[in-house]
Amino acid sequence: MRVDIKGFAKPLVESLIAIVIGIVVGGIILAFSGYSPVKAYVALFDGAVGSKYGWAMTLSAATPIILTALTFGIGARTGLFNIGGEGTVYFGAIAAILLTNLWGNILMGLLGGIIAGIAWMAIPAFLKVLRGVNEVVSTIMLNWMAYFIALYIVLQKIPNPEDPNKTIAVPASARFPIIMKGSELSWAFAISVIAALITYYILWHTELGYELRVSGYNERAARYGGINPKKAVIWSFLLGGIMSGLAGATEVMGRPPSYAISQGMANIYGYGFDGIGVSLVGRNHPLGIIFSGIFFGMLKAGATAMQIEAGVPLEMVRMVQGVIVVAVAVPGLLDLLKRVVRK
Amino acid sequence: MIEAVISTLIGALTAMVPLVLTSVGAVVSERAGVVNIGYEGILLMSAFFGAIFAEITGSPWIGLLGGAFIGMLLGMLHGFITVYLKGDHVIPGIGVNLLALGVVAFGIPAYWGTAGQHQVPTNFRVTPIINTPYGSLSPMVLVTIAIAILTHWVLFRTPLGLRIRAVGENPEAADALGINVERYRFLATVYGATLAGLGGAFMSVDWLGTVTKQLSAGRGFIALANMVFSGWNPLRALLGGFIFGFFDNLSVWVRTNPEVQRIIPWQFVATLPYLVTLIIVAGIIGKVRPPKADGKPYKRE
Repeated sequence: MRVDIKGFAKPLVESLIAIVIGIVVGGIILAFSGYSPVKAYVALFDGAVGSKYGWAMTLSAATPIILTALTFGIGARTGLFNIGGEGTVYFGAIAAILLTNLWGNILMGLLGGIIAGIAWMAIPAFLKVLRGVNEVVSTIMLNWMAYFIALYIVLQKIPNPEDPNKTIAVPASARFPIIMKGSELSWAFAISVIAALITYYILWHTELGYELRVSGYNERAARYGGINPKKAVIWSFLLGGIMSGLAGATEVMGRPPSYAISQGMANIYGYGFDGIGVSLVGRNHPLGIIFSGIFFGMLKAGATAMQIEAGVPLEMVRMVQGVIVVAVAVPGLLDLLKRVVRK
Repeated sequence: MIEAVISTLIGALTAMVPLVLTSVGAVVSERAGVVNIGYEGILLMSAFFGAIFAEITGSPWIGLLGGAFIGMLLGMLHGFITVYLKGDHVIPGIGVNLLALGVVAFGIPAYWGTAGQHQVPTNFRVTPIINTPYGSLSPMVLVTIAIAILTHWVLFRTPLGLRIRAVGENPEAADALGINVERYRFLATVYGATLAGLGGAFMSVDWLGTVTKQLSAGRGFIALANMVFSGWNPLRALLGGFIFGFFDNLSVWVRTNPEVQRIIPWQFVATLPYLVTLIIVAGIIGKVRPPKADGKPYKRE
């Protein structure tokens, strides 16, 4: 097997440059806002990877965003901008809570996440295939509808009678075993890595994956080659739905201490958006997504330490993520940088 | 009854402002061939900075202009990446939307020291031109209508408009005629983003009087849907904006009205603007045609 090192190296270097730009711009904004960027970043990275506990927090934070990144990544490989991961996560979490309370085991919870993910993502898929609705608009509208519908279910249908701050919990028999005691890291992390590996296998080693990638690369060529782009669109959405549904399910089944949805859906909000950045930095490649997911997990895990030790609002990492994605959008970042340096 | 009609009318006209400004801006940008899905982020960031400008200077009008300025800067960033560097049109928009989530979520506690929400003091709001017991009308409603009409006139009745449309329909031909494709595309993008910035600042310093990280609430995307609904026509975008504004206003009103909440859960009404957007977009696709070179980077051969 011939490994195309140059083909891998360039996107890798460009992603790294984007990350550096994000961190530098974040630092400049920190300085302007009156914080010490050095102190903030030291606290952040020390909190995220400075100890075994930090690593455990990093990997547990990476779990849902690797899965939601796969949603966007599978879409992008098919030529779609599927931004619907966010809403799908909510329903994955709700379905997992409901099903595990009926049958108390992990498999039922995962199945709940998968079914919810497929069901919710089927809507933009069919709107696209039947009515030609642009998926960017439809998935964003569905995210907002999902937000309010899920909020209604969380507040009115499954509130915890003993604790007004959360919903009913996943029963103990359906919780993922903890890997490191006292941390939030459970075997749910394995689900996200396995999902990424399966996605890689499907996309690059099956006929379906070939069809998905070809229709993403060039729709006209796909049709000429006897591939039905509509089939590719539907599969892309459904596979993506499974991933985000699983993100919601693993979050309530494998992230102590609550094992439930907390007030205002705070513990399941935002993963869909994070996933977009993770996928773009991982160049929409499942294996790249594992690594960029862990990097973004680092930012999330370290943000708490940064807030405590440097007093910087933890939302700062979202800003860094945004800058990184804008930088990723700059084409030929490496060549551009070389040109600037040469001048 | 008449009170309800007046208050609904005023509410819809007010909620229309950010939607119409953004849609009209998006129409011009896409007529020139540049797709920008970053309006959601532009609305959010300009709402945030608009409130800051208004509070620093004590003038809501400077707040509005400040918001437009932030929109302009973000439009220049988008135009630089898409027009001059020939980058993908969608990804920088996604980036700006994500960036906005971060800037506002970080900025509110960092600048005002409050968690999650900031109330803009009422003395920094724009003075209404019409005051009724059932609501008041902001002069920005008239400004918005004027901008839509003026943009329509420029786009379809002037040589400038002809050139803008030419670079979006057939950049090769436009180039051959000596039109600077890149310059027109860049300026059209900046114009679109500037209008969105004005709309964003309107939300914080005039209409809702608050800054939250969910302030834009999908309006940037509803505006894009409205642009499709309009068939890339500013006057029809004005009409569509009024319809979307009605449902937008309805959902804002219900959320603050306990009487209604007893009858129907507010969350269901809150989904209406998005549901209506989906239904309308699904219903009219195929009947409208975007500019031919929309979203396609133009490289001189």
